[in-house]
Amino acid sequence: MKRYSVFAVAREALRYHTGWERAWRSPEPKRHYDVIIVGAGGHGLATAYYLGKNFGITNVAIIEKGWLGGGNTGRNTTIIRSNYLQDPSAAIYEKARSLYETMSQDLNYNVMFSPRGVIMLAQTEHEIRGYKRTAHANQQQGVQTEWITPERVKEIVPIINLHGPRYPVLGGLYQERGGTARHDAVAWGYARACSDMGMDILQKCEVTGVRVESGRTVGVDTTKGPIDCDKLGMVVAGNASVLAELAGFRLPMESVALQAMVSEPIKPCMDVVVMANTVHGYMSQSDKGEMVIGGGTDGFNNYTQRGSFHHIEETVRALVETFPMVSRLKMLRQWGGIVDVTGDRSPLISKTPVQNCFINAGWGTGGFKAIPGSGWAMAELMATGHSPLTEEFSMMRFKEGKFIDESVAAGVAH
Amino acid sequence: MLILECPYCGVKAEETELAAGGEAHLKRFGPGSSDDAFHDYLFMRENPKGVHFERWRHANGCGKWFHAARCTMTLEVFGTYSAQTTEPPQELQEKISAKRPGWTWREFSDGQK
Repeated sequence: MKRYSVFAVAREALRYHTGWERAWRSPEPKRHYDVIIVGAGGHGLATAYYLGKNFGITNVAIIEKGWLGGGNTGRNTTIIRSNYLQDPSAAIYEKARSLYETMSQDLNYNVMFSPRGVIMLAQTEHEIRGYKRTAHANQQQGVQTEWITPERVKEIVPIINLHGPRYPVLGGLYQERGGTARHDAVAWGYARACSDMGMDILQKCEVTGVRVESGRTVGVDTTKGPIDCDKLGMVVAGNASVLAELAGFRLPMESVALQAMVSEPIKPCMDVVVMANTVHGYMSQSDKGEMVIGGGTDGFNNYTQRGSFHHIEETVRALVETFPMVSRLKMLRQWGGIVDVTGDRSPLISKTPVQNCFINAGWGTGGFKAIPGSGWAMAELMATGHSPLTEEFSMMRFKEGKFIDESVAAGVAH
Repeated sequence: MLILECPYCGVKAEETELAAGGEAHLKRFGPGSSDDAFHDYLFMRENPKGVHFERWRHANGCGKWFHAARCTMTLEVFGTYSAQTTEPPQELQEKISAKRPGWTWREFSDGQK
């Protein structure tokens, strides 16, 4: 792999950009791999990357039915934060956030991580108490967050209206080191690094069956023929239940649609991510100037990657009181993705009833920010059978009643 | 926009008038049942990509619960029916079979397919 650098740009400029090579190979599948990861989204690619980087396992295939990063990785609102209340969630999301800080250097690929800060607005008395508690918990966990006053919120976000009649802004939970990143670049960067380590990324290759012999995974059937493997990782977000069904077990989750939208591009007006959880809306400004807006999920099972129109209306309506300027914005485009939500709204990074088959799913509405941490932990679990980051996220927790009391992957905006 | 006809009051209601209630025909387990059965009843879901039976409440209407059969891949509604039943009516099942041959459902509440 040729490294990207300022010298590479200069060299290519002098020869009419004829020397750029493809970022990753598109090989034909081999007959056997040590590890197969199903799903070439952010989480799947990150899992493969850390299998190679941390454990030297490079005989890996990443199988994708569509195109790389074309699912939720390319459909989210790119927010990165780790201000969670419970220890297990704070640990894995903070791991992810810290990995994002050096990701561009690690991958030699500019993922445009922008630690611009994230504010979660408190707009009810309950939220004040909740966020102060979270700020205190974060101090114990080593996550840098603080409770800030309405005046400070106004300083950071001048376009905000603090004194809305229905939901005034009463303060906020501020994580200065949170922010955004370029979502596609995260997938592309991991893909390039994986391909460079000799891993095969098989796009347009759908898994049609999981072969299980005496309780062990031995391989998968795909549209490009059967492929054997020693270990199988399912990292397919919204389609996790479908894949689990092929392997013969059920999951404690349901798939629903989550939508987001962007406005027309406008001049820079907000250099921070603002989330208003009471009214279900969140907003940031992209580097292109579009206001990126996300809201809540639909209430019913859905695999169509499109959601209900009234949710878009509700999301924008919710934000108009706090951001009056939204009422003058034209919305440019809107899209949906299928998110998988578990019984306690926290993800699964877990062994499964089938031996040598692992699952990483249930990230619901909060998957993008977790990509590097999730991949790191999943790789450790797959390689060694144990990871301190994943212990609490086992799918057996439902049987044991050891839920994670946090709507990490809640069906609401956060 | 999803439109369901309430089998009780006959109103064709769009989704803002309705509240989704999740998977239908769950076989309920309580005290005295095995841990596995209780766990599966509480948490495990079919979540199919295709034919789905689900509960809805006509929340901003007559207020009654009913059942709907819907395709989660196309959002096509096959029909709605009374909540006072343990499995979808035979004619609805036949209608679904005509449109989606080979559809499956793990188990209806009475334990028979």
